[in-house]
Amino acid sequence: MKKVYVIEDFCIGCGTCMVYCAAAHSEYPKDLLKAFKLSSLKPVPRLFIEEEEGNSYSLMCRHCDEPLCVYSCISGAMFKDNRTGVVKVDKERCVGCFTCVIACPYGFIREGSENGRSLPLKCDLCKDSFDMPQCVEHCPNEALRYGEE
Amino acid sequence: MGINLVMQEYEVLRNEAKCIGCKICVNQCANNVHRWDEDWQMIISDDKYCVNCHRCVVFCPTGALSIRKNANDFTFNANWENRHIKNIYRQAQSGGVLLTGMGNDRPYPVYWDKMVLNASQVTNPSIDPLREPIELKVFLGRKSALNEKDEVFKDDIFPWLELDLPVMFSAMSFGSVSLNVHKALARAAETMGTYWNAGEGGVHADLKKSMNHTIVQVASGRFGVNPAMLKEAAAVEIKIGQGAKPGIGGHLPGEKVGQEVADTRMIPVGSDAISPAPHHDIYSIEDLKQLIFAIKEATDYKKPVAVKVAAVHNIAAIASGIARAGADIIVIDGFRGGTGAAPQAIRDNVGIPIEFALAAVDQRLREEGIRNEVSIVVAGSIRNSSDIVKAVALGADAVYIGTAALIALGCHMCQKCYTGKCNWGIATQDPKLVKRLNPEIGARKLVNLLTAWQHEIKEMLGGMGINAIESLRGNRLMLRGIGLNKKELEILGIKAAGE
Repeated sequence: MKKVYVIEDFCIGCGTCMVYCAAAHSEYPKDLLKAFKLSSLKPVPRLFIEEEEGNSYSLMCRHCDEPLCVYSCISGAMFKDNRTGVVKVDKERCVGCFTCVIACPYGFIREGSENGRSLPLKCDLCKDSFDMPQCVEHCPNEALRYGEE
Repeated sequence: MGINLVMQEYEVLRNEAKCIGCKICVNQCANNVHRWDEDWQMIISDDKYCVNCHRCVVFCPTGALSIRKNANDFTFNANWENRHIKNIYRQAQSGGVLLTGMGNDRPYPVYWDKMVLNASQVTNPSIDPLREPIELKVFLGRKSALNEKDEVFKDDIFPWLELDLPVMFSAMSFGSVSLNVHKALARAAETMGTYWNAGEGGVHADLKKSMNHTIVQVASGRFGVNPAMLKEAAAVEIKIGQGAKPGIGGHLPGEKVGQEVADTRMIPVGSDAISPAPHHDIYSIEDLKQLIFAIKEATDYKKPVAVKVAAVHNIAAIASGIARAGADIIVIDGFRGGTGAAPQAIRDNVGIPIEFALAAVDQRLREEGIRNEVSIVVAGSIRNSSDIVKAVALGADAVYIGTAALIALGCHMCQKCYTGKCNWGIATQDPKLVKRLNPEIGARKLVNLLTAWQHEIKEMLGGMGINAIESLRGNRLMLRGIGLNKKELEILGIKAAGE
């Protein structure tokens, strides 16, 4: 399946991906300013930037073939979409226990909340609102690639 | 210490209504202008460190930032301009030479802008480049024997550089610019069928595969020079001088000499790389001839040898000497040419405009009947395609672009190259900053720029009814001067508009 890959040599850790990721998953996915200024909840990015020894990496859910988060989910809310391969959360079924957060070997699921309910936040490759993951679309140094491995 | 009298040069204006506190400006500024303040819970900007490089402005996702020149002018005085007062404060504080980067920024006349081109009307047909081919290919190098008397070389075919368009990337050394700049230049030169110059400091091992599009430099420090490199390169350039700092050497500070630069330059890590002002083995045209022929020997007479000099007062005589010393290409760098670091006093006051130097050299070599023995390449602020066309009409075979190439790569002309903190990843060796220039994007932009210029050059040539750039060379009738006095017209060898 198509995923987002980071090209380490060119990731400059600027955080532009985080900004657009957060906005894309907010109440105003297509308006950065409204997303940050008008949203009732603070927009939270789904991806992570790791830095070590001067290198930085923009990282997000790998949508694993053997998704431990899905296997560990106690309510069956976390599932892998058969058609797209995207690992998603069914908000209706999620009980907010965050077992998935613990189970993810990469630590790519954030603890979050929505309308007072606990909810895991993770990358969905922007499938709901966009054709292209917004982190890839807006990476200023073309350090993110959306495609097959 | 006492108070520092130098006021901040720029002000950072942050539109709080648009700032979303994402901190991209904070992590993008290598000068530490922006910082997140825990107490205020907002981003604070220290204007005094701002160099106006626009990195934060361009990266701000909501367009919340803008930079303004500090409005605090001194009382008006036409003689004591702001810059004079500020420079005195700076030097009174530091006791040092004022350094700067990029090219001469003083308002000297730009003669490209005082020359206009011709076009065909009624009496001769113009050519549509979209319907008919227009040839931009040029060959650089000696087109005839050394001279009539020289039996040895009389029947030889001389080595040439074949350019698909009359533009090459000028010498910028690895050290003064980052490896990613070199990678972008090399890839673009290969794609466009032209050449890039690696500058003094050798060619990084990663770029060996592009050596057939690389011109290597033998400069006064001789950094990175070895027989293998000379043999692999497309051509060898002996650098005598540079337009931005004629008569001045170079100094790459030790902190920029990391492992990679050290390996390429063949010097110890952390040591200052000092290029002396003169070549210590060249004190005359005869000495230059020795070096030219030493290089020709080393390269089996298969590579053209260029000699690069800064445009200075007696440039015509100097160029004549260089031609007679056996150079295949003369590179003349005008006083608006860029640099990674130069004393401001030198950059702004030494040398002459490239337009005059080119006209004088071409004229002199023609008068002496040796113009066909050498190609002329000009550098020093070629800003657009029309500058190139005008240069060719004045007599150049090709041009070098340095600053224009860097601008295509993202340079915002803040003139702070010498600090090594280039936020655009160009004039720096800091690995974190170097990464900011993706050579793939860079090469693409350079290719786009040259492609665009190629189209424009063809349009201009077609308009003049000329279908090959070779036919325009030295065709000064295609130029007319505007707002030039008689002497200037005479030196440029052109008529006034309307004549």
